[in-house]
Amino acid sequence: MNELIDHLGLLSNAPGISGQEIEVRRAIRPLIETYVDDLRVDALGNLIAYKAGQRTEGLRVMVSAHMDEVGMMVIDHTGEGDLRVATVGGIPDRLLPGLTVRVGHLAIPGVIGLQAIHRTERGSLNKAPSIDKLVVDIGATSRDEAERLAPVGTAVVFATTFETMGSSCMGKAFDDRAGCTVLVDLLRGGPYPFDLVGVFTVQEEVGLRGAQVAAYAVAPDVAIALEGTLADDLPKDEPDVSPTTALGRGPAITAMDRSYITPPRLLSHFMRVADAEGITYQIKQPGIGGTDAGGIHRTRAGVPSITVAVPCRYIHSPVSVLREHDLAACARLVAAAAQQLTSELVRPTTAPDA
Amino acid sequence: MDLKLLDRLTQTFGPSGYEDEIRAVIAEAITPYADETRVDALGSLIGIRHASEGAPGAKRVLLAAHMDEIGLMVTHVEDKGFVRFTSIGGVRAVNAIGGRARFAGGIIAPIYVERREDASKVPELQHLYLDVGAVDRDSSPVRVGDTAHFVGPLVSQGTRLVSKALDDRIGCYVLIEVMRRLEARAHEIHFAFTTQEEITLSGARTSAYRIDPDLAISVDVTGTGDTPKALPMDVSLGQGPAIKVKDGGMIAHPAVRDALIAAAERAGAPYQMEILLGGTTDAAVMQLVRAGVPSGCLSIPCRYVHSPSEMVDTADVENAVEILLTFLESSL
Repeated sequence: MNELIDHLGLLSNAPGISGQEIEVRRAIRPLIETYVDDLRVDALGNLIAYKAGQRTEGLRVMVSAHMDEVGMMVIDHTGEGDLRVATVGGIPDRLLPGLTVRVGHLAIPGVIGLQAIHRTERGSLNKAPSIDKLVVDIGATSRDEAERLAPVGTAVVFATTFETMGSSCMGKAFDDRAGCTVLVDLLRGGPYPFDLVGVFTVQEEVGLRGAQVAAYAVAPDVAIALEGTLADDLPKDEPDVSPTTALGRGPAITAMDRSYITPPRLLSHFMRVADAEGITYQIKQPGIGGTDAGGIHRTRAGVPSITVAVPCRYIHSPVSVLREHDLAACARLVAAAAQQLTSELVRPTTAPDA
Repeated sequence: MDLKLLDRLTQTFGPSGYEDEIRAVIAEAITPYADETRVDALGSLIGIRHASEGAPGAKRVLLAAHMDEIGLMVTHVEDKGFVRFTSIGGVRAVNAIGGRARFAGGIIAPIYVERREDASKVPELQHLYLDVGAVDRDSSPVRVGDTAHFVGPLVSQGTRLVSKALDDRIGCYVLIEVMRRLEARAHEIHFAFTTQEEITLSGARTSAYRIDPDLAISVDVTGTGDTPKALPMDVSLGQGPAIKVKDGGMIAHPAVRDALIAAAERAGAPYQMEILLGGTTDAAVMQLVRAGVPSGCLSIPCRYVHSPSEMVDTADVENAVEILLTFLESSL
């Protein structure tokens, strides 16, 4: 348990917007390198860990978790030395004013400026400015200084430090460092009856891009995408609606999202294993979001795929919250369900009604 | 028309991703007419007819019809037992309200809509619910993640056929009929009954990758322009199968299009040229696998697509079979 939380804290604090995942890759590598047989980085930056199994099932199983997080990127500078930024991945503009951030690989502290309440017209007090009206203030006093410290293309991440609180923890980028944490745990465990290929993917938040090419290279028989997914379980105007997922109810299994549909046999397998292991689970509200499984399942001649996630509140914001129990239960479910994968479950048979 | 077969095809359960039952029905129908059959990783059923040995200029041809249908999936069961759902594929609220959904296990539920303050607005799916007869959450026979399809029996009336899921079980019917009647062995033909067309086109994409064909044709339904205030479209029910020029997702390869036209003329079958403004078919993704596949589409004109009462004309169905038989006998 403590190891999972330690790893989550380490990975949560690492900066890594889509396309600039190097710090996350550096943080993951030492956690797994002595537990796997081969580690490589592919052309797009995916970290691919190969762990040979006992091959009793003759399967190649790909398990993925994406390293990238939503954040911002410097796109211009003002004459006064402030930074203009654009979002990378989905962040609502209303979250931004007043946030502290870290800029570039030197982690220069910055703040997203906002107008003082004293100077805000009464009618505009609750209006969110759009991102093109905002600047990141890094204390630079001229355009030259700002350009030198944070040239166009520099990554900007939320300045959130991981913390535990009771049986929960909070930090940035649980989507998908929670998944990365579970995948690290899976790779450190085993042995497995099949060859396990753990892939820490890039660019999920901008179109499931890393997972597609990784799946092409790995050519797996079956794939599991690990996620930190949204829990929408706060009080609502209408009480009797789906919370998508809820904290404390265990790992969330996807039946269908906007990017793919889980094969029913694979879905039943994960539900059956959870029941057998006494792990409480939830089915994520179908039809919401997209995951690496959407990129993986349609690769080459097709890959039966499933997504399992740790429920997290406030994803795609500066801070998310999860329950340690959900994280641990997700790791247990994934390990147990993977251990019990069989060719029968994932390989089509020639019998048409199988 | 083999109405008994078409009845089984249209009524069998098979929303996208949940094609096990319909695959078994089609497998039974095609096995006597295939040299080999197999199931692909995402569940598509492939029936293969080999070319005769040394057939000159034999090509590997992929003919695809999707066996999945639109449907719905449960998202939430309310305290009072009412069931909320999301769509599998393109489900429109106006086509669903007042109809019925049937779950894989046989449970049938009326589909209705909340009372709304402004009834003049078209409701969205989130305002619809299923009444499965439960009084509370615990007594609900269905749970989150369960899938259902729409109820819509097959009716044959004059030359018209009406049913749910003619999109694209009528295409499956055409392929099965071609397999039954095809004698020529000029080409190696892969008859693919694909999965997941209504959501991601992933079945056809992955099967085409594995088959690696020289050319591919999807057989699917298309809209018509012959109903009251229809969008402009020069396709009418009963005027012949439609040979696709383009749709919302692809431009048919001109050589494939022209070969279908030549086959129609040789067969003496009427045909229409199709330009569909919105929507697409398996051909859009088959065209893009590996280094690219010349692809086209032979469409069955269909009214009221994605409703429980889709309508086609038997003459168009029979002429599609004739055109494909002639096409597969030709040198390509």
